[in-house]
Amino acid sequence: MAHLTPTPALEPGQDKTMILNMGPQHPSTHGVLRLILEIDGETVVRLLPDIGYLHTGIEKTCEAKFYHQVVPLTDRIDYLCPMTNNLCYVLAVEKLLGIEIPPKAQWLRVMMNELTRINSHLVWLGTHALDLGAMTVFLYCFREREDVLRLFEAVSGQRMMTSYFRVGGVALEPPLGFFDRVRDFANRFPSKVDEYEGLLTGNPIWVMRTKGVAKLSAEDAIALSASGPTLRGSGVDFDLRRDMPYSGYDNFKFKVPVGKDGDVFTRYMLRVQELRESIGIVEQALDGMPSGPVKANAPKVVLPDREKMKTEMEALIYHFKIITEGFAVPEGEVYQAVESPRGEMGYYIVSDGSAKPYRVHMRAACLANLQTLPSMCEGHLIADVVAAIGSIDIVLGEIDR
Amino acid sequence: MALVPAVTDLEQLKGHPAISRLISWNPQSVEGVKFDRDEMTIYVERSALREACALLRDAANCPFNYLSDITCVDWYPSEPRFEVIYHLLSIPNKERVRLKVRLSGETPALESVISVWPGANYFEREIFDLFGVRFSGHPYLRRLLMPENWEGHPLRKDYPVEGYR
Repeated sequence: MAHLTPTPALEPGQDKTMILNMGPQHPSTHGVLRLILEIDGETVVRLLPDIGYLHTGIEKTCEAKFYHQVVPLTDRIDYLCPMTNNLCYVLAVEKLLGIEIPPKAQWLRVMMNELTRINSHLVWLGTHALDLGAMTVFLYCFREREDVLRLFEAVSGQRMMTSYFRVGGVALEPPLGFFDRVRDFANRFPSKVDEYEGLLTGNPIWVMRTKGVAKLSAEDAIALSASGPTLRGSGVDFDLRRDMPYSGYDNFKFKVPVGKDGDVFTRYMLRVQELRESIGIVEQALDGMPSGPVKANAPKVVLPDREKMKTEMEALIYHFKIITEGFAVPEGEVYQAVESPRGEMGYYIVSDGSAKPYRVHMRAACLANLQTLPSMCEGHLIADVVAAIGSIDIVLGEIDR
Repeated sequence: MALVPAVTDLEQLKGHPAISRLISWNPQSVEGVKFDRDEMTIYVERSALREACALLRDAANCPFNYLSDITCVDWYPSEPRFEVIYHLLSIPNKERVRLKVRLSGETPALESVISVWPGANYFEREIFDLFGVRFSGHPYLRRLLMPENWEGHPLRKDYPVEGYR
């Protein structure tokens, strides 16, 4: 595995090669990724990602907030899949607290989480295709993404930074008619995926730009801690939703698509299949949606209903205490991982028994996936770097935190 | 799902594949264990860490072949000040284990595991950047997120959340 160790500072040795800077302001780097490339003609000899342009110190900020105040911060880590981050954080805190979540809240979480995956994959597909010259797909994808964002707005009042999942359940009961709207979307969506596939999968230009490009072997993917479609595209059959289920995912039936070539085309096909599987999970959640409360019965942790708060003394006291003092979490530590659209999203939370987390660490799937970029690109053409970046689906907010 | 007290008795937890593998290799390498909230933590002796990781990665019955994460916690002002935490995952057995190494606050340094998992690269650079823990044997230990000329390590507990230092 000697070829996987990072190469030290790039200095042109002879006159043969040239150092080229790509980004951070570059439309195809999906945010503020900067790549330092050493090129020989059009061939990439070495590649060094330079990150940190979006570092906001969220982990440090979390240490100064109450547990319930951290939820809105988790949205902002990965702004394309806010609910996955919410889910991972609240699951970790619930594990620390040891509270049980009612089934309806769990199923709602699964449903919203899969809609988030669809949202994220649609943005990925649109921008990835745009990078490689297919403009139309972008417009099609954003058309359906708009529908998903409207669903988010219906449940949480926000299109992107939803903060819908709270410690102990979800923020609110979904509005009347919401499930019908989701059902309507779920009925329409598979034919839209056919449309995207009709534009790309058999398109000779698309196939030539992606097949056999930016290959990654299974051994390298595991050694470099890659996860999600990047790992599965290389033939490793591992999905946290199926293999280490959380939040009631063991009640759902879905296939985990696995590729074997480990190239850009395989990762594209996997994500498109995941779109279809996700909408299947949404339909199962709709069919089997349990009835009952959407918040756990834990008055010291979960905010009371507004109605109760206005009429009952006790509820008002709990509300006041949670807002002003937060809630104390028993001492301990927890690592909770969920399968985000990009791979293993993990939260490591250490509690010292107070109302503020002692340490919150986010394991960003993109940060680890980005490490695969040099081994994908070195020795190949510079035009394929853009395809490789798109295929690992990075979000710089998550990488830099 | 009421909380049960953590188990810290080594004798009780000996059956765990990772612990038994480490003890059969070198009993001194395991400083302590903790089983809390369904998660296994093994406190590993500082100098044994890299070899312990390599052993667990290649263990025959339960290979912890995937490095999920490395992170660090600062327990300022108590001593040993830093804990570096390794989250390992066994893809074939679908199991996690957490390795912990305690480091003093004077000159926190530790052997890099980049020779075991090349994917440790960014994780170790991030810890070096934000906590100032050095990893010997890392070929490119430079700041990852903060600017190159930044002074101090922001995630240390004696570094303020707001304002200038």
